[in-house]
Amino acid sequence: MNQNIEIPGLARVEGEGALYVRLKDGAVSEIELNIYEPPRFFEGFLQGRYFQEVPDITARICGICPVAYQMSSVQALEAAMGLSISPQARALRRLLYCAEYIESHALHIYMLQAPDLVGHESAISLAGEAPELVKKALRLKKTGNELLSAIGGRSVHPVNSCVGGFYRWPDRQSIYNLLPDLRWALQASLETVEWAITLDYPQFEQNYEFVALTHPDEYAIYDGEVLSSSGTHINHTAFEKHYLETHVRHSNALHSHSAAGTTYFVGPLARLNLNFAQLRPIAQQAAQKINLQLPLRNPYMGLLARAVELVEVCDLAIELAEAYQPAGESRISFEPRAGEGCGVSEAPRGLLYHRYIVDEHGMVRFARITPPTAQNFAQMEADLWALAPSAIQLPQEEASLAFEHLLRSYDPCISCATHFLKLKIERS
Amino acid sequence: MNKPSVAVYKFSSCDGCQLSILNLEDELLDLVGVVEIAYFLEARRRTLPGPYDIALVEGSVTTPHEAERIQQIRQNAKVVVALGTCATAGGIQALRNFTKVQDLALAVYQYPEFLHTLEKSTPISEHVKVDMELWGCPVNKYQLLELVQAVLQKRRPNLPTHSVCLDCKRHGAVCVVVSQGVPCLGPGTRTGCGALCPANGRGCYGCFGPAPNVDLQAVSTALRPAERYPGELHQLLRHISGYAPAFRQAADALPGPATPISGGQK
Repeated sequence: MNQNIEIPGLARVEGEGALYVRLKDGAVSEIELNIYEPPRFFEGFLQGRYFQEVPDITARICGICPVAYQMSSVQALEAAMGLSISPQARALRRLLYCAEYIESHALHIYMLQAPDLVGHESAISLAGEAPELVKKALRLKKTGNELLSAIGGRSVHPVNSCVGGFYRWPDRQSIYNLLPDLRWALQASLETVEWAITLDYPQFEQNYEFVALTHPDEYAIYDGEVLSSSGTHINHTAFEKHYLETHVRHSNALHSHSAAGTTYFVGPLARLNLNFAQLRPIAQQAAQKINLQLPLRNPYMGLLARAVELVEVCDLAIELAEAYQPAGESRISFEPRAGEGCGVSEAPRGLLYHRYIVDEHGMVRFARITPPTAQNFAQMEADLWALAPSAIQLPQEEASLAFEHLLRSYDPCISCATHFLKLKIERS
Repeated sequence: MNKPSVAVYKFSSCDGCQLSILNLEDELLDLVGVVEIAYFLEARRRTLPGPYDIALVEGSVTTPHEAERIQQIRQNAKVVVALGTCATAGGIQALRNFTKVQDLALAVYQYPEFLHTLEKSTPISEHVKVDMELWGCPVNKYQLLELVQAVLQKRRPNLPTHSVCLDCKRHGAVCVVVSQGVPCLGPGTRTGCGALCPANGRGCYGCFGPAPNVDLQAVSTALRPAERYPGELHQLLRHISGYAPAFRQAADALPGPATPISGGQK
């Protein structure tokens, strides 16, 4: 490339961002990842709201992963008020989370990232060449959305989650009715893994610190402790001590570093690398069948990790749906009490941390939310610089695509990271 | 004949309404067969130059840049549709309109002086002429499809405006106000969701905004006795659609929480 790259609107990402790569004397002199998604101040206006209102509010942070925001917030509030939910409610929350993973991963694999790997500008244009592939993607996505609707009433901003469990047990038959679709989705996910390994991923490996939740008995999604590839293993309540979110003056953005000041990577690659042993047998076999060598250190191969996770969540969803036997109260009854608590879960794009302080009426007095994309931001920035020397050797359009594809591979959720403002990197 | 062109824009929002377009899994490939998706960054990299036949605008106006951008979009589109409650009423982020935005900024950011944000989150119609509005947080994807079809067929869309309450009666759903004694905004909220909240055993929280021609003062007077905690009804109205004039006025007439606080605590 011999001209600056100017992309005022990044495509196929959730939210609004721009990318500028500027050259000087044949080398990259400046990379500007300009996140112009406006701030929405959720942590500010959660103060003064009652706990009952919180999951409906936090869902609105992100239309693609509202369940993640509901799950981290209700767990944090339950911790703050000393509540334990029933095993049945926990199982149903896991099933709800599976539904969101199916919807979100199918969207990202086929409609947001894959077009880069198969030389198309979108799934819409890809549908002209490979209609069956796109139809499969849409049906997978629809299966996730239908399960979301069966449990939560609708797929975007479901209404059934509350502190203490669920407002109502979903009708048993409406869950069972989805089993044939889920079994189809499991087969489609296995096919997705085999298709994903045939794609030609750019060569780009970095030495990342991966951070994800971990759970002794499950592939951690709904809850767990915080594990790092550096060996750090902490209780989730110690998260803020180890992983700080700072509003860095020079960069004009909120983003996260570990306490040691290093960047880290959250999301499907981190989960798969750290928790392969907890994957369900069918997901492990799917990965072994394509001879997947872990750890994966190529962010573009996040697609492979998502594909393996699709197998995991479809298989888990079948098990949870088959076992679904609503019994007893759908939510525990309790009186609010003052306290502080945090909750973590694995949003489709990575670890999502919430902490609240509530007063004796159950009113939120303080809220802190650390979204996955905010944590990945510093790493994305570092990766852009690492990619630059090779990317600028490419023809202009290919260079632009290489940078864009790198960002898309992270599945950035810019609306989630309400904190993002404008990051301007200038190095000489 | 050229296909009519559609542009999809995002302002301050969660992305959920434009996702509703991609969630039309059974209809999407047919839809792109009859309209040209000329600008839709979340879905495609290719963009075609305007002017466009239809601009679907998700989100509210919260920054000086957005206030400028909506003017350009209006000039570049024959029909402007405000998509979803952010675009029609300012959305959840319009909760800032009832406090000082600087206080909220202090609660989130260490250096709020870096922010470029407006004091208020406002609907698209406060900035430009809007030809059609589709309410909902998120919008109902089938209502969206109906609206696009109507524009293409040059007819009025069939978008009912009765209240959620009527849907419950039609479905034969048990009334949560009567059976559980909980407040429900169903009598004052626009239809479109399918009365989801009452069907899930809880009160409606108004995410489709106020139904036209409803006496919300009367609704809130009737519901006050059902409050389970101080200021519940006020909080319900001052929520997803809180900046819609009817909800705004009804909330203003009600007492707020017992221990109100504004943002700003660190």
